[in-house]
Amino acid sequence: MKRIVVCVKPVPDPKEWHKLSLNPVTKTLVREGIASVINPLDRHALEAALALKDATGAEVVLVSMAPPGARTLLMEALAMGADRACLLSDRAFAGSDSLATARILAAGVRRIGPFDVVLCGNSTLDGSTAQVPSQVAEFLGIPNVMHVEFLECDPAGSLRLVQAIEHGKVHLEAEPPILLSVTKQVNKPRFCSFLELLKAEKKDIAVWTNADLALDGSQIGLAGSPTAMADLFVRQKRRSGTRVTGEPEIVVQALLNKLHQLGTI
Amino acid sequence: MIDPSVKKPVYWVFAEQRQGRLHDAGLELVGAAAAIAGQTSGSVTAVLLGQDVGGLAEDLVCHGADRVLAVDDPRLALYRLLPYASVLKRLCLREDPDAFLFGATSLGVELAPRVAAMLNTGLSAHCIDLKADEKGRLLQVVPGWGGGVLATIRCEKGRPSMATVMPGVFQKKRTEGRQGEVVTVPAGDDIDLAGPRILKIEMQEPKGIPLEGADVVVAGGWGIGNAEDWKLIEELADLLCGAVGATRPPVDEGWAAEDRMIGQSGRIVKPRVYIGVGISGTMHHVVGMDGSEYVIAVNKDEKAAIFETADLAVVGDFRKILPLLIREIRAKHARECRIKDEEGRRNNG
Repeated sequence: MKRIVVCVKPVPDPKEWHKLSLNPVTKTLVREGIASVINPLDRHALEAALALKDATGAEVVLVSMAPPGARTLLMEALAMGADRACLLSDRAFAGSDSLATARILAAGVRRIGPFDVVLCGNSTLDGSTAQVPSQVAEFLGIPNVMHVEFLECDPAGSLRLVQAIEHGKVHLEAEPPILLSVTKQVNKPRFCSFLELLKAEKKDIAVWTNADLALDGSQIGLAGSPTAMADLFVRQKRRSGTRVTGEPEIVVQALLNKLHQLGTI
Repeated sequence: MIDPSVKKPVYWVFAEQRQGRLHDAGLELVGAAAAIAGQTSGSVTAVLLGQDVGGLAEDLVCHGADRVLAVDDPRLALYRLLPYASVLKRLCLREDPDAFLFGATSLGVELAPRVAAMLNTGLSAHCIDLKADEKGRLLQVVPGWGGGVLATIRCEKGRPSMATVMPGVFQKKRTEGRQGEVVTVPAGDDIDLAGPRILKIEMQEPKGIPLEGADVVVAGGWGIGNAEDWKLIEELADLLCGAVGATRPPVDEGWAAEDRMIGQSGRIVKPRVYIGVGISGTMHHVVGMDGSEYVIAVNKDEKAAIFETADLAVVGDFRKILPLLIREIRAKHARECRIKDEEGRRNNG
């Protein structure tokens, strides 16, 4: 294998999600002051790429569509062992839905050059549409497999995959080029040392704008997104129940009475 | 009011089947689409791909399809992404439906985005509700940010308007004798056969009472703490003839199987009685259970968010409460058995 591309997305740290609020006027989410982390499943995708690199000597290239501030997070991913990174950053990309995002990522991957495998996390924590992997593959004109929980490259260069489905697994054999999106079962991401972090500072992070990708303005951002948000609202709490507390005997009696009343015992 | 000059909307539903068995998601969706079609004078077409699948059409009609569009081809016998996607693309281009719905199953979430990209149209993910606007266009309600925020999504450019819908959001309902048309069309020569080869499919029989359609659900969360105490959840579920449910952490820890997960990335459940133990109540989970009829929550943290979604909020340590509750229910069962035994003896004697 010559080259593996890994899609990486910065997401707001789930530990700080309680700080998210909704601007009632603009109907947009206020996320100021919330730290970003690498989308957790993307770390598994990167680990899978690094394992393939260890086995075949392929180059591992990161691609991310994010604001310029994402450099710090890309540095962290480079420290894990990726060779270089391409940050797709342009105000014109803002407001992209999954289709426009996939189109931009595919253009970035194509600009990187010929590749064997594109790896990504099966979904991201923030949007969690899980739509981007299949759509990037469509725009690249290559097959894709989701929910990959095992992958291995045989000496002939074919890939053995296991895909998780409801109540089962599908064993597959695939040829590159292909896009694979992984679940967290696929591996355990490696940690990086401080030394590797220092070394990563010397690695290349190219920043590409739409001038580099040359996508039609009508195909990206809000204009290139077929879906639109008609309304955004905070979920209403629907119940305010009776509270019981005290000695176990007392609460158990309350539970027994209720379960009896509901006809479950 | 629907403007009579506007063409009557046509809603398509992907009728997922594996090994000749229809997935409930498709049956639920033809019913949901039929309810919308009832308001908009529209119609529902179920799209069925596979080999020798004609026999499944009747079930789709009885669940709400006005028409079944079946593509019967040995090359579609087992689901593979590109053959399925290329056939669906061709059907959409030929018939131009207004909407196309998929169950948010492992198959649906892989297939629907690929088809949407082929057609350059909008797709919303993991919907928890569907509506129609005054023109019969589909409105999709999706949870975001762990489910704390709901967004209504509309497809403004591209056709059809596409959505994946969480299984369990709608209840399937069979009406005997419902009439519908069945049309069989060829897969066509432009079917794309590229992509991975299937070497083997391993299926496991799901263990225990399934979450689907369960009358009682007993769910546990991170607060259960370990695999040993998780058995209390299973024991209580068993005693109440209920299904075991879980939030994300118990599944990640391996205490519960993946198919037990309730919430935004799991299943939507609407049992008559839901009991949540050691569950903090993140929106991610609440999205999946707050359609339950009666909610009981047990948590030692009196400020736990789950209590805001509970009809009966039990503040206390489940390690003390559950063993006692289980003992009391067993004792009650034993008493009832004894009474029945005695009655039986009396009747025989």
